[in-house]
Amino acid sequence: MVIDAKNMNYQTLDRLVKDSAERDIVIENVMGQRYIAAGAKGKNIKINGIPGNALGAYLNDCMIEVNGNGQDALGDTMNAGTIVIHGNCGDTAGYGMRDGRIFVRGYAGYRVGIHMKEYGEHIPAIVVGGAAGAYLGEYQAGGVIVVLGIGSEDRQCVGDFTATGMHGGKIYVRSRFVPVDLPAWVEAHKVTDKSELEPLVREFCSYFPYDADVLLSHDYFVIAPTVSKIYKTMYCNRPV
Amino acid sequence: MDEVEQMLTEVAEKNREGNIRIPSGCAVCGYFSKKGRALPAIDAVDAMSYMHDRSNGLGGGFAGYGIYPDFPDHYAFHIFYDNERAREEAENFLQIRFDISNMERIPTRKVYGISGAPLIWRYFGRLQPEIEAHTELDEEEYVCQSVIHINTKIKGAYVFSSGKNMGVFKGVGFPEDVGEYYRLGDYKGYCWTAHGRYPTNTPGWWGGAHPFNILNYTIVHNGEISSYDANRRFMEIYGYKCTLLTDTEVITYIIDYLHRKRGLTLPDVAKVIAPPFWSQIERMDAPEREKLTTLRNMYASLLITGPFSIILGYTGGMMALNDRLKLRSMVAAEKGDVTYVSSEECAIRSICPEPDRIWSPAGGEPVIAELENREGGGR
Amino acid sequence: MIEYIQPEYEAVRNKDLCIKCKACVRQCANEVHIYDKERDMLYADNSKCVNCHRCVTFCPTRALKIVKTDHCFKPSANYTKEVIYDIYRQAETGGVLLSSMGTPKDYPVYWDKILINASQVTNPSIDPLREPMEIKTFLGRKPEKIEYNPDGSLKVEKFPNLELKTPVMFSAMSYGSISENAHICLARAAEELGTFYNTGEGGLHEDLYKYGANTIVQVASGRFGVHAEYLEAGRAIEIKIGQGAKPGIGGHLPGSKIGPEVSRTRMIPMGTDAISPAPHHDIYSIEDLRQLVFGLKEATDYRKPVIVKIAAVHNIAAIASGIARSGADIIAIDGMRGGTGAAPSRIRDNVGIPVELALAAVDSRLREEGIRNNVGIVAGGSVRSSADVVKAIALGADAVYIATPALLALGCHLCRSCHSGKCNWGIATQRPELVKRLDPDVGYKRLVNLVNAWSHEIMEMMGGMGINSVEALRGNRLMLRGIGLSQKELDILGIRHAGE
Repeated sequence: MVIDAKNMNYQTLDRLVKDSAERDIVIENVMGQRYIAAGAKGKNIKINGIPGNALGAYLNDCMIEVNGNGQDALGDTMNAGTIVIHGNCGDTAGYGMRDGRIFVRGYAGYRVGIHMKEYGEHIPAIVVGGAAGAYLGEYQAGGVIVVLGIGSEDRQCVGDFTATGMHGGKIYVRSRFVPVDLPAWVEAHKVTDKSELEPLVREFCSYFPYDADVLLSHDYFVIAPTVSKIYKTMYCNRPV
Repeated sequence: MDEVEQMLTEVAEKNREGNIRIPSGCAVCGYFSKKGRALPAIDAVDAMSYMHDRSNGLGGGFAGYGIYPDFPDHYAFHIFYDNERAREEAENFLQIRFDISNMERIPTRKVYGISGAPLIWRYFGRLQPEIEAHTELDEEEYVCQSVIHINTKIKGAYVFSSGKNMGVFKGVGFPEDVGEYYRLGDYKGYCWTAHGRYPTNTPGWWGGAHPFNILNYTIVHNGEISSYDANRRFMEIYGYKCTLLTDTEVITYIIDYLHRKRGLTLPDVAKVIAPPFWSQIERMDAPEREKLTTLRNMYASLLITGPFSIILGYTGGMMALNDRLKLRSMVAAEKGDVTYVSSEECAIRSICPEPDRIWSPAGGEPVIAELENREGGGR
Repeated sequence: MIEYIQPEYEAVRNKDLCIKCKACVRQCANEVHIYDKERDMLYADNSKCVNCHRCVTFCPTRALKIVKTDHCFKPSANYTKEVIYDIYRQAETGGVLLSSMGTPKDYPVYWDKILINASQVTNPSIDPLREPMEIKTFLGRKPEKIEYNPDGSLKVEKFPNLELKTPVMFSAMSYGSISENAHICLARAAEELGTFYNTGEGGLHEDLYKYGANTIVQVASGRFGVHAEYLEAGRAIEIKIGQGAKPGIGGHLPGSKIGPEVSRTRMIPMGTDAISPAPHHDIYSIEDLRQLVFGLKEATDYRKPVIVKIAAVHNIAAIASGIARSGADIIAIDGMRGGTGAAPSRIRDNVGIPVELALAAVDSRLREEGIRNNVGIVAGGSVRSSADVVKAIALGADAVYIATPALLALGCHLCRSCHSGKCNWGIATQRPELVKRLDPDVGYKRLVNLVNAWSHEIMEMMGGMGINSVEALRGNRLMLRGIGLSQKELDILGIRHAGE
């Protein structure tokens, strides 16, 4: 099914997508319509244009491919499925996501993967091809974030205040520039075992024209918390 | 006036900007031709329509620069009047002080969704030579004080635009409706900024919409700042009167103070109001560290905290700036000689589908576009 | 380090009555009571006593009582014992002081300074036992336009509303902060009472999905356990922006409370801290709230009302007005005297405003702006009795949220130690041997009893005013008078002084 979203309001568009009996949907001329595929399941959606904020919020097992850039709050509280962005993405992508995958070819905005979680088999992942903005992995509680830093090889490819409040999960970065301002309760190490990284990089390269073997041959560092209870010593009980 | 009407008027008066503080959220957008080419206003109207959901129909507005080439050296006063008596009083006041070359009702058209419009007039005037000769204030300060006088002393009159070769068009409604109401299809300028407002109550008052203007500065703003009263009380030390109690007003005054009166460059103004954190400053090279420490220390009370994204328009330039945590969204783009900024990328794409470059400025990192030839279209 | 802090409470044992059955030893999770085998005697380590009355209640011979210590400092109205001990504790640990439940500080309780009217002569009071008396309440947005179809039927846009048999709901308490048994009690009671309970932000245990028709599911900044089935499970969705006991800060459930079941429900690993950030990181401005409200509505096909819960803070009227214009169907206002499972003491005791003033300000503002009918208003944060409910409704609320009274009904003794996780009454704990002390069959019945009793009392008071339908009480501020209040307070509450 092909939907021409030109001048269509978001409610009409989102209704069409959700009510579609067909699994494969192509949406043309998207320009800022919000909440596309919010809470949707079992769809394969191609978007041509610029989807609005909260694309794929609460998403279930859908495949969404965007030929363009994503705006803010992409994959907010996403549950499962895959979002592929053939461009850049805005701020707070993957807020609170608990499973599924987000692949961004270009750069990503501020606060990517904020409060991402994991539980048992459910391990979400975000792979950013370019650089990522400040506060990457803020409050991260689980899951995997990979920043490949393509095009930023000569400088730090993650922003300031990376891993602020991080207490679970991992952030892999293809770079030799380790941020100097990491919080006390996380540590960065050179990656020796790439078994977790490899399938994500290979999947990234299946969507975008990069050579996985070349990308995987480079040095990565990984940021992970050293303790899961970071606030244990912060409080005391009031006596009276 | 019957009792009910009286009561409604009192309620409206009580809840109007200036009597209470009204936080609001919003959408912003702007574009600027560095070659000073005349860009159509209607693009701004179209762009705002793509961010419809960021506004709630309680305020929209536009500011254009280079729009009055026939009167480039005149102050263009745009004034709202509640009634004819206010108009008479304000016109008397203006005519004593200014040589008015032209006065007219600003052309409007009826639009569904726009109601309760005040009388809207504009005047092109120059300061009378004898006043210029005798006043102790410099000319801009004198104009500024005159505007403040009308706005605070003449009941029912409100000057909402007072710069040269520029103008503000604003009202209560969705921005796209406000644009149509003012027939913005008829205007062109080298710079346009636009605003859709989402206030947390009904001002029902056209003066409360954005852009906010003083002399040639205009500000459109999205967000609610938490430092408001610290900023306001500091600005009042220097003679500013924050009568509207809005974020936009105090931000405009801060920029006027730092840029016009203190002579700071705009990148440094940005460093005062959205400075890096001390932990970031400590890691900088010595000269830059020294400079930022001085600026933060000297103008500590002008640091703005809380979410904001603003677009400042001024004669010959435009600056967009986010708060240092980047709590509001902002996208910038370039195509040829035109710089675009907006709350959402879709608004830019709607008027410029294939920009040469599109990026998200970092928090506290200003995007500045200025005329290549300041003597060109900007004057 | 020398311990400067001395016990505040003393467990006093009447040796004549004590039969050394050791029930007190078994009942106290804080390990206050100790049996010395050698000397065959019971004694108490008073430093561990939180004054929760568990031992007193379970002593078969009533040999125990808890008394406040008379150990004292030199009296000072400024440096009281509380102030001194706080400083000792912080000097000892370097920590942020943590407390539980509502603030004990002596802030004005406006409910107690408001009096309710009754009819005499000029119009009749009504006997609720024998006359119909309606307290059914619909919560949510009302349509603005009404038209007729050609066949004479009405054409209106319908918005999803909550239907309450009584205007009292149980407010949010997360699974994690309270036990599974406590949640079961609340869910079953809500079902039997025809009202709602609220999951709080800890997700919904799958055993409780069956109570979905009486459940409000909460979405807070941590987004724990939020997924499509969860959103679908509830009858309404509440976005928690703030809590009266701790406005402006987030939450933090310590890893020690994240056992296997809480871990599964919150969908985070066992033993890790569950952190709720201070703001929703997708809401930095009022138009972002609209984005989240409509995002949730899109995800649930506009079938569920969306509640936005905010803490009562200084600018509450303007904030509520903004929320009302953001697509929210219901605004819940939580006053500063409200409870909490854990909050930094300084925040709890100093930030926010009382719910009575906040409620009155919000209701007045929304009416002035003509949008009161677009939203329902729920007041919470220390509603302690049916009289408080009546006063809240007369000030302008559609319904109230209660939490502390519900916990009291379940056996809470307000020892204000929830954050220790060792609740002897099986409420604010995840320790299995303590949780099982709260029997859901008994607990739910006590909740039903409490709310039924309040409903009867509400009807009695309404009848006295000559009102037989709760909507005629809503916003009917003439039914209230202030006592001992300043003119400013009366103006904000929108009521006159008694005698006027």
